[in-house]
Amino acid sequence: MKVTKLALLFGLTAAVPTLSHAGTLEDVMKEGVLKCGVSTGIPGFSAADSNGEWKGLDVDFCKSVASAVLGDASKVKYFPLTAKERFTALQSGEIDVLARATTWTATRDASLGLNFAGVNYYDGQGFLVSKSIGVNSAKELDGATFCIQAGTTTELNLTDYFKANGMEYKAVTYDTSGQTIDGFKKGRCDAVTSDRSQLAGLRIKLDDPKSAILLPETISKEPLGPVVRQGDDAWFNVIRWTMFATIEAEELGVSSSNVDEMLKSSINPGIKRLLGSTGKTGEDLGLKNDWAYQIVKQVGNYAESYDLNVGKDSPIQIERSLNKLWNQGGIMYPMPIR
Amino acid sequence: MATYTMKEAKPAPTANKGIIFWLKENLFPDVKSSLFTLFGLYVIYSIVPPLLDWMIFNATWSGTQDEVVNSGARWIFIIEKFDQFMYGFYPESLHWRPNLVAIISIVFVFSFKYIKNLKVKIAGILLFPVVCFVLISGGWFGLEVVETEKWGGLMLTILVAAVGIIASFPIGVVLALGRQSNMPILRTLCIGFIEFVRGVPLITILFMASVLLPLFFHDGIEFNKLLRALIGITLFQAAYIAEVVRGGLQAIPKGQYEASEALGLSYWQGMILIILPQALKISIPNLVGSFISLFKDTTLVLIIGLFDILAMVTLTNSDTNWLGYEVEGYVFVTMIYWVCCFSMSQYSKSIERKFNTEH
Repeated sequence: MKVTKLALLFGLTAAVPTLSHAGTLEDVMKEGVLKCGVSTGIPGFSAADSNGEWKGLDVDFCKSVASAVLGDASKVKYFPLTAKERFTALQSGEIDVLARATTWTATRDASLGLNFAGVNYYDGQGFLVSKSIGVNSAKELDGATFCIQAGTTTELNLTDYFKANGMEYKAVTYDTSGQTIDGFKKGRCDAVTSDRSQLAGLRIKLDDPKSAILLPETISKEPLGPVVRQGDDAWFNVIRWTMFATIEAEELGVSSSNVDEMLKSSINPGIKRLLGSTGKTGEDLGLKNDWAYQIVKQVGNYAESYDLNVGKDSPIQIERSLNKLWNQGGIMYPMPIR
Repeated sequence: MATYTMKEAKPAPTANKGIIFWLKENLFPDVKSSLFTLFGLYVIYSIVPPLLDWMIFNATWSGTQDEVVNSGARWIFIIEKFDQFMYGFYPESLHWRPNLVAIISIVFVFSFKYIKNLKVKIAGILLFPVVCFVLISGGWFGLEVVETEKWGGLMLTILVAAVGIIASFPIGVVLALGRQSNMPILRTLCIGFIEFVRGVPLITILFMASVLLPLFFHDGIEFNKLLRALIGITLFQAAYIAEVVRGGLQAIPKGQYEASEALGLSYWQGMILIILPQALKISIPNLVGSFISLFKDTTLVLIIGLFDILAMVTLTNSDTNWLGYEVEGYVFVTMIYWVCCFSMSQYSKSIERKFNTEH
C-alpha cells in the first residue's frame, strides 16, 4: 500500500490501487444514508430541478437503492461528480455507489478496481436529421452532410458505419459539441451524430424541435450502469438486484400505483416473491423482505422511472427502443427473483 | 495723468466655445482623428442597439416558457432559477442565514476603515470569519446544520474567494518574510514552496486536491471536498501574495531597516511597526489585483464538481424542463462577476486614498 501511495505521489497515476472496502451495506445501514455519486448535470439522468431537487433516471436508481436498504427513498446524499473524479470518489470510499451514466467497458471494469452491477440504460450512437431531407432511416443517408466534432469516437463510429454500408458522407468538422449543434441549427449540415440520449436533449434546444427527427438506428454500444467497488460482493448483490427488481416489477405489471393492491390480492407467485410475501430473497441479500415492495412503492418500476425522466412523459422524449423489456422487443432482461 | 481703467473681458470668439467647438477640438481635429471617431461611432452603433434590444426591449421578463414570443433574452429562466444561482442547494427556508452573512460582511467591510482602536480591529478580524462560518454551516446555537455539499451559487463563489483572500494573506506575508530571512533552511523552504506553487496551474492543484488526496486518506478519514479545495486555493494564493509583498519589502529603503534596528526594536517589532505598514501600503494595488484574479479563478472549482455560480449555469441548463438557456445564464453570470470585481477595485482605491500619506 505504501509503495502505491508513493507511486501516486510521484505522479505514476496509472497504477490505481484496488481499494476494497468491505462492508458497505453495513456502513450504509449504520449511517442511515446512501452516498450516491451522480453527474454535475446530464439532462434526464441526473440534474437539479428549479427547487434544487435531484431528478433523473440515475437519481431514481439512487432512490431505489435507498428504499431497498433503508426503507426510505429520501435518505440519499447526492455527490455531484465530474467525469474525471467519478472513479476516484468511488475508490476512495467517498461514495457508496456511482450512478452517473457511466459506460461499461472492459478497461474500466478490469483496471479500476470497480465492478459494473449491470446496465440500467442501453445508450448508443444515433442520428439526428433535419426533417427537410425526408429521410426515415440511416440507410438512406448516402451523400448526406454531417456536422461532426473532430477527434471523437463518434466520428470513428460514423466512418465505420458508412464504410460497412457502402455509403459516403460529407463532413463539416467542429471543435466542440456546442459548435457542432450550432452548425446543425444554422443548416450547415443535414445531420448530427452523438449518443441518442444526448441527441434527444439537443433536439429540444432547437428553435423548432419538430423540424428534426431522431432516426431509429443505433450504430455503437454505450451500456450505462451503476458501479460499485470491487471486492464487496454483498453490496454488489444489493445494487445488482435493486436494478433487476425495478425491471422485474415492470415485467410483472407492478407499479407504484397498484403495488399495495398487488401485495394484498395478487395470486401470481412471481409477484408474491418480488414483494416479499413469500420467499426470503430480501433476507438473503441482507435486507428486509419487503425491499422490492419499498422500491416500487416509493420510486416506481423501471417503466415509470423511464417515462417520467427521459421517455414519453418528459420533455426529451427518448424512444425506449433497446430499453424495452425483452418480451417487447428490447433487451432489458431482469434475472428471475426467486 | 492717465488713469488705468480695467476693460471688460470680451467673450471668447463664438468659434472657440460651445458644443460645436468641443466636438471639433476633441473628436474631429484632423482627418485621421475624424476617421477614427467615425469608426468608433460605427462600432458603438453596431453593438449597443442590438445588445439593448436583446437584453431589454425584446426581452421576456415574466410569464411561462410557452408565453415567450419576443426574440430577445428570456430572463424568465434567471428569475425561475435565481435562488439556485445565489445559494446553490442551500435549503430555501434557511436563505436568511447567507443573507445575514452578506449584510454583516458589507457592514464590516465599510465600517472597518473607521474603527480606530487596534484591539477592536483585531478582534473584528478574528471574530468575523467565525461568525460567518457558524451562520452558514450551522451546528451551534440551535442552528440547523447545512452540509457543504449544499453550498453553491454566488454564495460559494464569494465564500471560496473570501477564504482564499483572508487565509492566504497572513501566510503570504510570512512566506515573503521567510524568503528574505537570513536563516538558510527557512529561506530555502519558503523559496521552494513559492516557486513550486507558482510553477503549477491552479487547475493542477485542484485536481490534486479532489482526485489524488482522497486516495491517501481512504481509510475512514473523510476529508470534505470543499475543505480540500479551499486549502489548495489558499496555498496557491499565498505564494502569489508572498511575491507581491516581497516586491513591497524590497521597495523600502535600507535605511528603514537599519533605523528600526538602531532603535533597538526586535525583528518582529521592527517588521510590524515600521517595515510592513509601509511595504503593505505600496503593495495595495498589486494585492487587490491578485485578489480580483483569485475571485475569477475560483470558478475553476467547477471542474471538481463544486457548484459555484458558473457551474450553476450548466446544472440549471440540464433540467429537462429548462433546456437551452445557456446564453441568458452566461450573460447573467458575466454581469455578476463584473459588479463584484468592479466593487473590489473601487474599494481598493478608497483604501489607497485613506492610506495616502504623501502631500
